[in-house]
Amino acid sequence: MILLNINEKDIEIDVAPDTPLLWVLRDNLDLTGTKYGCGIGQCGACTVLMNGHPVKSCGTPVGKATDYNIVTIEGLSADASHPVQKAWIEEDVPQCGYCQSGQILSAVALLNEKSNPSDEEISAAMTNICRCGTYSRMRTAIKKVALARSQT
Amino acid sequence: MTKISRRGFIKASVSAAGGLTLGFSLPVFSNARPFERTGLIGSELNAWLTIEPDDSILIRVAQAEMGQGVMTSLPMLIAEELEADWRTIKVEYADVNRQILGNGIFGRMNTRESDAVVKGRKQLQLAGAQARERLLKAAAEKWMVSPADCYADYGRIYRKASSDSFGYGELASLAAEVTVANVRIKTPEAFNILGLPTPRLDVPAKVDGSAIYSMDVRVPDMVYAAVIHCPVLGGRLQSLRFNAIRHLPGVLKAVRMESSVAVVAETFWQAKKAADQLPVFWNLGPGAKTFSDTIKRDFFEKFSEDGDVILEKGDAVTLMYHAGKTIESDYYVPYLAQAPLEPMNCTVQVQQDRVDVWVGHQNPEAVVDVVAKLTGKAPYDVYVHNCYLGGSFGRRSHTDFVEEATRIALETGTPVQMIWTREEEMRSGAYRPMSAMRFKAGFDIEKELVALTNHSVTHSISYDRDGEFSGVDESSVEGLRDHAYELPAYKFTHTRKNTHLSSWWWRSGGHSINAFGMECFIDEMAVAARKDPFEFRRSLLQSKPDHLEVLEKLEQQSRWKKAQLPKGTAQGMAIHESYGTICGQVAEVTVNSDGSVRVNKVTAVVDCGNLVNPMTAEEQIEGGILFGLTAALNGKLTIENGRVLEDNLDTYEIIRMAEAPEIDIHWITLSTEHWGGLGEPSTPVIAPAVCNALYKITGRRIRSLPIRDYYLQIK
Repeated sequence: MILLNINEKDIEIDVAPDTPLLWVLRDNLDLTGTKYGCGIGQCGACTVLMNGHPVKSCGTPVGKATDYNIVTIEGLSADASHPVQKAWIEEDVPQCGYCQSGQILSAVALLNEKSNPSDEEISAAMTNICRCGTYSRMRTAIKKVALARSQT
Repeated sequence: MTKISRRGFIKASVSAAGGLTLGFSLPVFSNARPFERTGLIGSELNAWLTIEPDDSILIRVAQAEMGQGVMTSLPMLIAEELEADWRTIKVEYADVNRQILGNGIFGRMNTRESDAVVKGRKQLQLAGAQARERLLKAAAEKWMVSPADCYADYGRIYRKASSDSFGYGELASLAAEVTVANVRIKTPEAFNILGLPTPRLDVPAKVDGSAIYSMDVRVPDMVYAAVIHCPVLGGRLQSLRFNAIRHLPGVLKAVRMESSVAVVAETFWQAKKAADQLPVFWNLGPGAKTFSDTIKRDFFEKFSEDGDVILEKGDAVTLMYHAGKTIESDYYVPYLAQAPLEPMNCTVQVQQDRVDVWVGHQNPEAVVDVVAKLTGKAPYDVYVHNCYLGGSFGRRSHTDFVEEATRIALETGTPVQMIWTREEEMRSGAYRPMSAMRFKAGFDIEKELVALTNHSVTHSISYDRDGEFSGVDESSVEGLRDHAYELPAYKFTHTRKNTHLSSWWWRSGGHSINAFGMECFIDEMAVAARKDPFEFRRSLLQSKPDHLEVLEKLEQQSRWKKAQLPKGTAQGMAIHESYGTICGQVAEVTVNSDGSVRVNKVTAVVDCGNLVNPMTAEEQIEGGILFGLTAALNGKLTIENGRVLEDNLDTYEIIRMAEAPEIDIHWITLSTEHWGGLGEPSTPVIAPAVCNALYKITGRRIRSLPIRDYYLQIK
C-alpha cells in the first residue's frame, strides 16, 4: 500500500510503486483534470504541484511521491476561485483547454515564488506546450494576478 | 483517511447535470437516449433550442468544440435573432442520433474547413428568428393583441405602449404550440450580440479540470487498451507471443488486428507496460525501403512529367521561351503531424442492441458510419457521445482510431478505452501531405513580368481516402488554382504522387503548402523585377479591391520600410486568401550571431467580413500563426527505413511561450454581406512572411521547410 496526500486528503492505494503518478491520479483516483500529452516530461500537461513546486507527474513514480503534499487542478480551489483561475477566465485563455490544468498550476507556482515576475521570468517558468497558441493570453493573465496582488 | 480500491471509484457515466451551474452543460453523455433528457423540463421551440421555465435557454451546437470557439460563436448567432439575454444561454452538443433519425435536422455536423459560421450561420439565424416570432405570437395571444403590437428585447416580450411583459420562460410552452411563417433575419446593422467580444462559455470548465475530454470518460467496468502499430505504415502483423506478457499484472488479453495489436488491461499503465514487453513480429512491406531522400527524389522526378493543367491563361510557355530573363525555383515541404495535445483515444461499448462511442471527433456522422459498419448495427443504434477535443487541427476528423477502438471493443465484450501513446500517434499516419513545387517566371527586357509557370507534385489525401480517381485532388491545389494575382500569362500544372505513408488534413490543408511556395516566389519575382515586395504585390492585385485594402493596411500598420531595424533584423511580407478570408502578415525576424532565428513580431491584417465573436476571432488568428510558425521553424517528419523518426515532442518541437512573437491584429470589414472562416486563414501566411524576411537578412532563399535545417548567417 502506498500512502499519498492529494489535495489535502490522505489516500492509501494499492498500485505498483513504479506506476507514474499521472496514471494513478487519472485511472485509480479519477482525478482526470491532470492530462497525458507526451509521457516524457516535454509538454507539461501532466503538471501537478508537489510541496508547491511544479512537477511532471508522467515521470514521477508514485512510490516516490509519498512524502509530498500533492495538489492537482481539482484541489486548487473548490469553485475555480483561485486568483490564477479567475485571471484565466477573465483573459479567456483556454482554447482546446487540454494543457491548461498544467499551465495554471505552473503559473500558481511561479507567482508563489515571485510576486511580480518579469517577462523573462515568466518565459523561463512557463515552458509547457500549448498547441493552440494561447501564450500571450497566459502572459497577460499572470501579469494581471501579479498586479492585483501588489495592490492589496 | 479515504481508502481507495485498485480501480478507484468510478464515475457514473450518465449524469452530467453538474455543469449547468456554470451556465454550460457538459457535452458528454448529453445524447445517451434520443429525444429524452433527464432533468430538463423546458419547451423545445425547434431542434436548436429549448427554453426552460426559469428563462434559461439551452442551445444545441452541431459542430465540435476543439478550441476554435464554436460553442460560443454558434449560440451567439441564435441568441442574436432570439433577442435573448446572453447570460441565460446554456449549451450542449446536438444529438447525433437525432440527426440520423431526423434526416439531417442539424444540417451538417462535420467540422471542417473553417466553415462552422460560414455554412451554418443562416440556419442558426433562422432558428433563432423563428423562435422569437413564436414567442411574440404566444405573447400576443395571451394579451389578445396583434404580434405587431409586441416586441422582443433581452429575453422578454413587451407589449407596446404598456408596461406589460412576459419572460421567455413563461411563454415557452405556448410558443412551442403556435406556428409562424415568413421569418426574417436581421441585417448586420441591427446586431446587438454579434460583433461583441464575448467570453467563451467553455472556459470555466477548462480552468478547473472539469471539462471532459474523451480520455476522461469513465464507464462502469471499463478496461483500457494500449496499441502498437506496425512501425512501417502499410506493413502487417505477422505474429506475437502473448504468453510473454500474460502473467503481468492486470493484463487481460491481446487483440490482433491487420496492422496493429492491442494489449488490454485493467488500467492504461498496465496495458502500456505490457505492450512495451510484448514480442511482436511484423511483415514490414515495401515501405520499409524508403527514406526521406528517396521520397524527395521520387517527387522531384515527377517534374519531368506534364501534369494536369489546373490553371492557364495565354501562352505562358512560348512567352517564357522568348523572355529576356527567367528565374526558376523549386520549393518543397515535408510530411507533418497535427500533434494535438490530447493523443488519439476512443472509448467503445458494444452491447446486444446498441453501441456507445465516447470520442472527441470533428465528424460524428462519420464515426456512426464506421462503427455501424464494423459492428453490423443500424446507424440509429450507434450512440456517439462527442466530448471536448483536446486539439485536433484535422487529425480528429479521421476515423482510423475510432475503427481500431471498435475492433478492440468487439473482442473485449466490456467497455474499453483505447489510448494511443504519443509515439503511436506520431507514427500512425494521417500526415499533412508532402509536396514539391517548381516555379518559373519570365521577364521582358524592361524587367516586367510576362509569364509564370508552376508545377506542383503533392501527396493526395483523396487517393488515400477513396482510392483511384480521375482529375486533380482539389485539396492539393487549393491556394494555387485560386491565387489572387493578376498575371499576364500563366500555366499551372499538377501531378499526384503518393507513397506508403498516409495523408490527411492539417490546419489549413493545401493552403499551408501552396501559399508557402507561391508567396515566397512572388518575393523572388519582386526582386527579379527590381521592385519592393509590397509594391510588386500591389501592382498584381489592382483588380482585387479586398486584397488591396488588406495589403495597404498591412503596409501602414507594420510600418513597412519605415521601421528602424537593427542589423540582422528585417521584415517579410505575405498575403493569402483561404476559407473566404484574406490574411496579410508582416513578420519582423532576427537572425542571431549563432544563426538562430527569432520572430519578434507579427502584424496581421484580416478581412473575414462580419465578425461573430471578435474575442475568439483574435484567438484563432493568434493560434493559427503560432501553428504555422511551429511548422515553419521546426516541423518535419524524417523517414528512415519507412519509419517516422520524430515520434514525440522532444524531436517534433512545438514552439513555447519564450519563442512566441508579439502578434498585432487589425481587422477590415469591407462587406457586411460576407462571412469568412477564421480557424485556419492565418496559418498559411506566416511561413512565407518569415522566409521572405530571412532572405533580406541573409541573402538566402529558404525554399524548403523547416527553417532550422538551414545554417543562416547575416549577410
